[in-house]
Amino acid sequence: MDKELKAENTKPILISRPVEPLKIQTDKLNAWFGNNHVLKDVSLRIKENHVTAIIGPSGCGKSTLIRCMNRMHELVPQAKVSGAVLLDDANVYAKGVDPVSVRRKIGMVFQKPNPFPTMSVYDNVAAGLKLNGERDHARLDRAVKRSLDLAFLWEEVKHELDKSGSSLSGGQQQRLCIARALAVEPEVLLMDEPCSALDPIATAKIEELITNLKDQYTVVIVTHNMQQAARVSDYTAFLYLGQLIEYGETTNLFENPTEELTERYLTGKFG
Amino acid sequence: MESLQGNWRNSRVRTSTPSWRRFKDRIAFSLGFLCVTLAMIPLASILFEVVRNGATALSVQFLTGTPALVTLPTGNAALAGGIAVSIEGTLVLMGLTAVIAVPIGLLAGVYLAEFGDNRFGRSIRFLNDVLSEFPSIVIGILVYSILVVGLRVGFSAFAGGVALSIIMLPIVTRTTEESIKLVPRSVRDAAMALGIRKWRATISVVLSTARSGVVTGALLSIARISGESAPLLLTIGTSSYFFSGLNQQVDALPVRIFLLSSENYVSGAQQQGWGAALILIVLVLCLNLAVRIATRGKYGAVRSRI
Repeated sequence: MDKELKAENTKPILISRPVEPLKIQTDKLNAWFGNNHVLKDVSLRIKENHVTAIIGPSGCGKSTLIRCMNRMHELVPQAKVSGAVLLDDANVYAKGVDPVSVRRKIGMVFQKPNPFPTMSVYDNVAAGLKLNGERDHARLDRAVKRSLDLAFLWEEVKHELDKSGSSLSGGQQQRLCIARALAVEPEVLLMDEPCSALDPIATAKIEELITNLKDQYTVVIVTHNMQQAARVSDYTAFLYLGQLIEYGETTNLFENPTEELTERYLTGKFG
Repeated sequence: MESLQGNWRNSRVRTSTPSWRRFKDRIAFSLGFLCVTLAMIPLASILFEVVRNGATALSVQFLTGTPALVTLPTGNAALAGGIAVSIEGTLVLMGLTAVIAVPIGLLAGVYLAEFGDNRFGRSIRFLNDVLSEFPSIVIGILVYSILVVGLRVGFSAFAGGVALSIIMLPIVTRTTEESIKLVPRSVRDAAMALGIRKWRATISVVLSTARSGVVTGALLSIARISGESAPLLLTIGTSSYFFSGLNQQVDALPVRIFLLSSENYVSGAQQQGWGAALILIVLVLCLNLAVRIATRGKYGAVRSRI
């Protein structure tokens, strides 16, 4: 009841806002691996509750860009970052910001499904909460069910929660990883080519759930599959050799790219 | 041209006919088989001798009794009783050693695997490898001079445990480090991306993933030290009584085997020595079986609880 009231109250305000709120902004973001300059002055504004796709040829810095957003980039030895990433107007690279707390707010799904091999389906989903000290079983149960539901996996695994996470099929494993990331209730979900290791049917399922997720989350998806970007995203950024070439609404970018480079990439002239 | 080719073909046929090749294959196979047999001879003969001589010594009395000397009607002394004291001593020493060396080795291994990619880590790794190659008698002398005599701890279970720990530590450290390094980066990344602190991720996710390797290393190192005799000769003393405290002398199977088999005047001693050897081998075998069981079901056997 309470929720309904809230929703009614907030709706008109959202509509009357001229600009949709921004969730993540990168400002002159540069990143290096050793001496290899992989991101050059990338300034990108990602809108809340939308799906933003990042496309570009291999090695253009797509993955590095999103790994900079939740400070995963710095875990690689010799990796460096400069510039700013604003999450709700607060710089995640500001002094004194704990990278662990940033990662709790910005979840991540990786290219290859990587469930924890020694944990059950249940423990995989609950891992983020349990390892941060959550002991309340009822709350854990609820979080596991909710996350598996959101990842469209609950119906398939509800009788096998005790089975090993790695005994699931590839597509199920990836949805398990999505559920695991959602269980800690992040605000943003970063996905690094989440479907590149999956077959078309599993891919379709994940694309469907991405569309479903944007009601509650801001999703940033890296993909080298342009059709996928066109299907799931509202905004698309095109990256080439570490530079942001073009960024705009997906339909606009795909139909009337303003940059020649974008057009050549989209039409398959290179990449 | 044609005749040349013909010649060449002919010469090939003469040197390498199918039957010649088959013959070479058989020679290689027989050589390999012979070497395997040669390698098995010592193992088989040790097992055979130990079982043949040791089995006659086995009895309930032998397994549960304390050492006792009896006087035979001829007036000579004979050994009766059993080696329960030594079995218990070995088990106590194994437990004590594991309690000291496993936690230290485990954490050292974790440290080397996670933070050891620098000069300090490389030096520690090198020293660790040197330590694992150390002659065990040298470790015995060291503990004897520092602990037993130097600090006046005296011959004791504790001194023996420390000596054995020094032998066990580098093995546990190394196997832990190696098994942790086998955990794929993607698993670490997944844990870090969930906003888990690094130490928690390392203990609960990485170490749990590497669990079977770590357990194998620990169990095998216990099996290794259970047969050590040199360092114990200088540290534990001997005892005919059951364990009564870490600061008291204890008995251990390897030392008992040494004492019994070098005893030429008391009848029954050598037979008991064989019996003790059999028990020790069975003990080591059990530990190796435990390793197999512990590592069999990657998931099914032991379910992980965080």
